[in-house]
Amino acid sequence: MPLLEIDNLSVTFQTAGGLFTAVDRISLHIEPSEIVSIVGESGSGKSVAVLALMGLLPWTATVTADVLRFDGQDLTTITKPELRKIIGCQMAMIFQEPMTSLNPCFTVGFQLTETLKIHLGMNRAEQKRRAIELLELVGIPEPEKRLSAFPHQLSGGMNQRVMIAIAISCNPRLLIADEPTTALDVTIQAQILDLLLKLQKEKGMSLVLITHDMGVVAETAERVFVQYAGQQVEQQPVKGLFARPHHPYTQALLNSLPERSNSRILPSIAGIVPGQFDKPQGCLFSPRCHYATDLCREKPPTAGPVEFGNALCHYPLADGVPTNYPQEVRA
Amino acid sequence: MTEIALQEVVDNRPTGFRAVLAEFWSYFSENRGAVAGLVFFVGVILVAVFADFIAPHGPNHQYRDALLQPPFWQDGGSIKFPLGTDAIGRDMLSRLIHGAQYSLFIGCIVVSISLVAGIIFGLLAGFFRGRIDTFIMRIMDIVLAFPSLLLALVLVAILGPSLINAMIAIAIVQQPHYVRLTRAAVMTEMTKDYVTAARVIGIRSLRLMFVTILPNCMAPLIVQAALSFSSAILDAAALGFLGMGAQPPTPEWGTMLAEAREFILRAWWVVTFPGVAILTTVLAINMMGDGLRDALDPKLKRS
Amino acid sequence: MKGDVVLTAKDLTRHYHVDRGTFRKPAVLKALDGATFTLAKGRTLAVVGESGCGKSTLARLVTMIEKPTSGTLNIGGIDITSADKGTLMGLHKTVQIVFQDPYGSLNPRQKIGHALEEPLLVNTTMGKKERRDAALKIINLVGLRPEHYDRYPHMFSGGQRQRIAVARALMLNPNIVVLDEPVSALDVSIQAQILNLIVSLQEQFDLAYLFISHDLSVVKHIADEVMVMYLGKPVESASRDTLFTKPHHPYTRALLSATPVADPFRVKERIVLHGELPSPIAPPSGCTFHPRCPSMTDICKEKAPETREIDGCRVACYHPKIYSS
Repeated sequence: MPLLEIDNLSVTFQTAGGLFTAVDRISLHIEPSEIVSIVGESGSGKSVAVLALMGLLPWTATVTADVLRFDGQDLTTITKPELRKIIGCQMAMIFQEPMTSLNPCFTVGFQLTETLKIHLGMNRAEQKRRAIELLELVGIPEPEKRLSAFPHQLSGGMNQRVMIAIAISCNPRLLIADEPTTALDVTIQAQILDLLLKLQKEKGMSLVLITHDMGVVAETAERVFVQYAGQQVEQQPVKGLFARPHHPYTQALLNSLPERSNSRILPSIAGIVPGQFDKPQGCLFSPRCHYATDLCREKPPTAGPVEFGNALCHYPLADGVPTNYPQEVRA
Repeated sequence: MTEIALQEVVDNRPTGFRAVLAEFWSYFSENRGAVAGLVFFVGVILVAVFADFIAPHGPNHQYRDALLQPPFWQDGGSIKFPLGTDAIGRDMLSRLIHGAQYSLFIGCIVVSISLVAGIIFGLLAGFFRGRIDTFIMRIMDIVLAFPSLLLALVLVAILGPSLINAMIAIAIVQQPHYVRLTRAAVMTEMTKDYVTAARVIGIRSLRLMFVTILPNCMAPLIVQAALSFSSAILDAAALGFLGMGAQPPTPEWGTMLAEAREFILRAWWVVTFPGVAILTTVLAINMMGDGLRDALDPKLKRS
Repeated sequence: MKGDVVLTAKDLTRHYHVDRGTFRKPAVLKALDGATFTLAKGRTLAVVGESGCGKSTLARLVTMIEKPTSGTLNIGGIDITSADKGTLMGLHKTVQIVFQDPYGSLNPRQKIGHALEEPLLVNTTMGKKERRDAALKIINLVGLRPEHYDRYPHMFSGGQRQRIAVARALMLNPNIVVLDEPVSALDVSIQAQILNLIVSLQEQFDLAYLFISHDLSVVKHIADEVMVMYLGKPVESASRDTLFTKPHHPYTRALLSATPVADPFRVKERIVLHGELPSPIAPPSGCTFHPRCPSMTDICKEKAPETREIDGCRVACYHPKIYSS
């Protein structure tokens, strides 16, 4: 049984210019102890989707889903206190900016023990012992001393470790990491990724890694969901995704990476991600896709079969070539 | 691989001053209080501009046979003096209408003086930092350390009581707020890359200060200007009331209040109407200022 | 001609005094400590390093926003440390810069056309019509359209703004362009567009690039020479191919191994660096890298290593990795 099941999750925002669909019918199934990555550029709705899951969106957002189930429990019908037990405890999250996700007014120790107190109801001595244990677990040297440190006294990498310690304090079954290393330096990024992988293995958690960095995806994830303009365009195991992408967007994105190119001029994707006011009528990628036909421009595609990675495309790619592609266009 | 033409999404939103104005108005009009304030304020301006045509009587014309006549709806009142007359038979309505001129005049002059001086000092302090900054800011701190009305009183006492001197005194008292605001805004803008880019291009300090940086600092200053417009009117009224501002028989609202002090118990209208005039005008301007802040403050601006 | 040296920096150093309260002596922050390099026409020198390594200080020195504390900086045959003000103002035309953040680098109250014409307005005697023509020409060159001339920056996407920033840098026909992380704030698909633009402009105008970045995959794509910096000091400089195939300095090797590569089939050797980046205000003694270095010995703690030349690589390390030929 999957640990987390999401079917057709949509998020719409009320804005001054009307309704804006930030997440458009995405589905996620995450098995226990699996590392899944959601990859996409800015505006692809990857963060909004998990924030909706955690119930962290502002009131202007409307969230709808056919199925929203965690460990067999339906999150849409569950009572508020029960939901709170799951979110933050069994399902924890870390964010991109370690410096701003900790409260600057309180010590690291206070913020860490607060979680322990609220979720586990430990007494003071237990709290302290557990806090030190957690800091040790995330590789912070001299944990007793660090308990009384304020966030601004620690570096970005250290703060991110503290955030991870808070997130794993209740032994969550699912850890969602939203761009956990984007704000960090390369060598620190490597440390944090290693730490996340180590904890995932030791604790048998599932890890959802949200990122825009294809390099991070390639090195950590087992399964990858690709998002574009709020839609899920493809999902595949990581090796298949990098070797044989099925959606033209994935293919174009991989081709435009400097490290995968040998030519001086990169095969870039023309144009920009469509915004609120200029969503095309048919396939959202059609204005930038060099396989696009009239069909693509007129009719939105439906998700393809599993062997094509559920690619949201009229002509999903097989070995880099579109299938069922009309003859006259190819010539 | 086939090369695709650059299909940038064309943004057809209108440009130019009108578009900026339209955007401003769409934000401003969301705040109903602000629109109401604006309408009232425009009304006050019109009344002030056309005072000579609207006012039924001259502001200083004394009707000896109609001393302390009540408003028309009370016994003994007449439609000739709709809001009654004061102790020496001057028409209240006419005096109030002419008083609007003084209030707006005071507001405009005070705000202009303090805004210009504040911007210059604030720019200097924020741009050059170091000693100039310390020097300017310490002086401003000293000015701020005095209770503002008291300082204005002292200044008027030194300069001598008159409307002009009162305005100068109020401007001096208000100007530190502008200096602080400008300095803070300049310091934030200075760290932005476009300022560095302008330096690399070779733009000199003076142009950098006034052409590149200043326009980006204007939003909070405009809001502050609107709000201090009302406090200038209020301060001038207070000074007038204390006999340190406009001198009788000027129909300035504060001065009118001071003159009517002794009739508070006998003739309520001589004190109430100038007071209501001050209250509503100040309230309208403040509400309008709130709307301005909503429309101009980028921190609150929704995309 | 391509390959002509246009900028020489020798032992370029910049120190800052950091106030530490009223009663303590100000600390000296060695933001840049002895950088030596040259820039040549039509070639790209990439500067790589993590935060606090002095990349941005280097950019400020090369663009003459700040003066070096010591060392020499020679641009187009003129030593800027001894040049007078008038000469310096003239030199501003030859070095331009493109910033990382496309949202902060354009004046929000200035129309694009005006932003592009401003360099000409303050530096040349061109008339209004000429300036407009020049701006329209460059707008076309960077892949924007003439109707963009009258727009404000907030109407553009990040990628388009970066095109505008590049266009502004080119208005004065500079020889040298400093690119301070020009693509790191952009999405992958936009990043490729901007990199292509940068490359084609270099070929067209024979520009010398100082490309500052923390992203090694971008550097590998665009650079001819690479200089790796750590805490204000260059630790290794070499040609791109040498540096990426035979990195000598332990830091370079760790940096290369820590950079994620978009290839799940690659088996990689991972050198994990322990510890944090030290604060530049109190750098470690000797070789500043020694607390994190896997091949550290006693001498590293005592004395900073001299830069020496090994196989076409300038390395500052006592124990560089030697490759047998």
